[in-house]
Amino acid sequence: MSTTVESIAAEQMVTADGIPLKVSLARARRRARNRALLLVAPLFLFIFVTFFIPIFSMLFRSVENELVGETLHRTVPLLQNWDESGDAIPGEEVFAALVQDFAEAQETKTAGRPGRRLNYEKPGFSSLFRKTARKAEKLEPPYKEAMIKISKDWGDIEYWRVLKRESGKYTKAYYLSALDFSYDPEGNIVKNPGEESIYIKLFWRTLWMSMLITVLCLVLAYPISYLLSTLPARSSNLLLILVLLPFWTSLLVRTSAWIAILQQEGVINDFLVFLGFLTDDGRLAMIHNQVGTIVAMVHVLLPFMVLPLYSVMKTIPPSYLRAARSLGANPFTAFVRVYMPNTVAGIGAGGILVFIIAIGYYITPALVGGQSGTLISNLIAYHLEASLNWGLAAALGAILLGGVLVLYLLYDKVVGIDNMKLG
Amino acid sequence: MNKLFTQTLLAMAVATAAVGTAAAKDLVFVSWGGAYTASQQKAYHEPWMAMNPDIKIVNDDSGGGALAKLRAMQEAGNLTWDLIDMTASDAIIACDEGLAMEIDHDTMLAPAPDGTPASKDFGDMIVSPCYIPQIVYSTTFGYRTDLVGDTPPTSINDVFDLEKYPGKRSLEKRPINNFEWALLADGVAPDQIYEVLGTDEGVERALAKLDTIKDQVVWWEKGAQTPQLLADGEVVMGSTYNGRLFSVIEEEKQPIAMLWDWQVFDLDGWVVPVGGKNEADVLEYLRFATDTQRLADQAKFISYGPARASSAPMVGKHAVLGIDMGPHMPTAPDNAKNTLLYNYEFWADNLDDMNEKFQAWLAQ
Repeated sequence: MSTTVESIAAEQMVTADGIPLKVSLARARRRARNRALLLVAPLFLFIFVTFFIPIFSMLFRSVENELVGETLHRTVPLLQNWDESGDAIPGEEVFAALVQDFAEAQETKTAGRPGRRLNYEKPGFSSLFRKTARKAEKLEPPYKEAMIKISKDWGDIEYWRVLKRESGKYTKAYYLSALDFSYDPEGNIVKNPGEESIYIKLFWRTLWMSMLITVLCLVLAYPISYLLSTLPARSSNLLLILVLLPFWTSLLVRTSAWIAILQQEGVINDFLVFLGFLTDDGRLAMIHNQVGTIVAMVHVLLPFMVLPLYSVMKTIPPSYLRAARSLGANPFTAFVRVYMPNTVAGIGAGGILVFIIAIGYYITPALVGGQSGTLISNLIAYHLEASLNWGLAAALGAILLGGVLVLYLLYDKVVGIDNMKLG
Repeated sequence: MNKLFTQTLLAMAVATAAVGTAAAKDLVFVSWGGAYTASQQKAYHEPWMAMNPDIKIVNDDSGGGALAKLRAMQEAGNLTWDLIDMTASDAIIACDEGLAMEIDHDTMLAPAPDGTPASKDFGDMIVSPCYIPQIVYSTTFGYRTDLVGDTPPTSINDVFDLEKYPGKRSLEKRPINNFEWALLADGVAPDQIYEVLGTDEGVERALAKLDTIKDQVVWWEKGAQTPQLLADGEVVMGSTYNGRLFSVIEEEKQPIAMLWDWQVFDLDGWVVPVGGKNEADVLEYLRFATDTQRLADQAKFISYGPARASSAPMVGKHAVLGIDMGPHMPTAPDNAKNTLLYNYEFWADNLDDMNEKFQAWLAQ
């Protein structure tokens, strides 16, 4: 009797205002979820607006190519009928459209940018466009002869092939350059000869140097973190401040300090010469090369390794090691088999942090890297700031981002991202 | 009620008007910082602010990256700069990209004291319709007087001569100037340099010459690096801007001397960004700050030559050191026996391509 009453009550359980409990609960849960979503919404919005939109609009530049078609909007459609595989340059009709386009571009001051865009593909376009725009207005037909009189480049089929190839809305030219490919005069894609390839070489160099820096950071940070986590709080706090102090010092100051220490007339060389290990002519070159980059970057990035390691080691109870010892392990075995596996989370976090920062680093290599310590990010910075070739910079950046994501997935497969502990 | 409302409105209007006239206006000028901005401050900004007490000039030292930042600002539609100091090659790019305003030199700038219109007075220095040149500087070599023995270097060939002058050299990490110097040292006639450099063989020839000293080169990217490297004795000789060498020699009294042979002249000057909010004030400033006297005044503070022909005879003594600045100008006859002028057209076309070759050569 009593069981029947209970089951009926469960089925028809209602809240005070008569709504079934199940519905009411679900509603309450949904409301809580929405409230939680509202709480994180500002963060999502913030990340979307300040992170995703700028980065993807920047990366989009690596394929975007509207400039040429926009400026030469009369010429480009006509060019589609021209056969670039032959050896005749386009006819009078195309030249007439070109003259009109240039006259218009001169009025709106828009001839310079497409000229610079095409100059990335073939040197000479920049001055060709500037020169032509200046004179286009006063030209008289026949336009073909008149244009070739301005510059004989207009009679050169190679310029026309490049113009036609790069007149579409999208281009793969930036990615080709970023991977050390280029077009030959006939328009075929060819690999750059070994002595002219830069980017692939620098991608590899960036990769192995970042890995080396990560490993060096780990080797140096592990004992420090161990010491920090085992010392009594008073002295470990003092040591921790010593770790953090350089972290709070300006990056430029630290890098410059390394120049003073490592250079040929610097502290270390002076000391070694003083001790007689080196002759005055045989001073070691430790800066403006890979050694300098590695030393300075290891120093700059060390706190990023120490802090996660320390925070993980702090949580490992000392009783684990004592237990291992009491069960018969010698100190080395106890450390390697019991202590170290417990720190994997910290190693993973520190490793990935240092590696990802190192792979995009550019200030330190720019100052102390010399020619052999330059990384890919230095060239990205160059194309952003100096050559203003943002398309190529975006392509290089996209490849670097892609590479990091692949490595990240690899890391997740091998180590597991859940095993990471940032502190 | 209504009366109170009217009174409040009136009070607000008065207050706004008062603020409008009394508030100082800030003009943001971008330049290179250090001794260079200081010389502009003394020679141009301070006298002009004394004449216009309601306007304050704020210096922004982002010189080197100005081109990229200017483009980013204009794409974002939020321009916070009013006037920008640029090298001529950057100004040409800015003009091509439509980032800088075209200038009518004769109507916007002051004529020379004898009435010569500005465009004549600046002459060939106006390398782009957007450009208002201020100074001529040169990129040249300095060497350590105590590290070169009894026969100091006198020619560009000595830079490439490791036997006569062993030790490191510092060169700028870009093809410009280095390619020209390499070809000159390799025996190319000065008037054929760009003809030779325009061919693949010419580039290979320049790189082959640079290859002979590659192991001994420290590559610099910032103008302050060579003076520092020279002062530290890290390099025996190195290229940099002549004004930087002047200050390390004459102000810091380091054992360094100038090697003027085949110095490369370049220009520095103003461009007005398109869409600036205070264009009228900026143009008024430019009329004052680029007149003959003001350009000559700048040479009291830094050893760069004024870009106006009419300013040259008015160059006097250094404001602090009291030394005659004439002999320290890159344009002084004794210094300017062998000179090149930066070839803007050639490098505007070829820099991207040659830089790739140069970088690839560096990475080998």
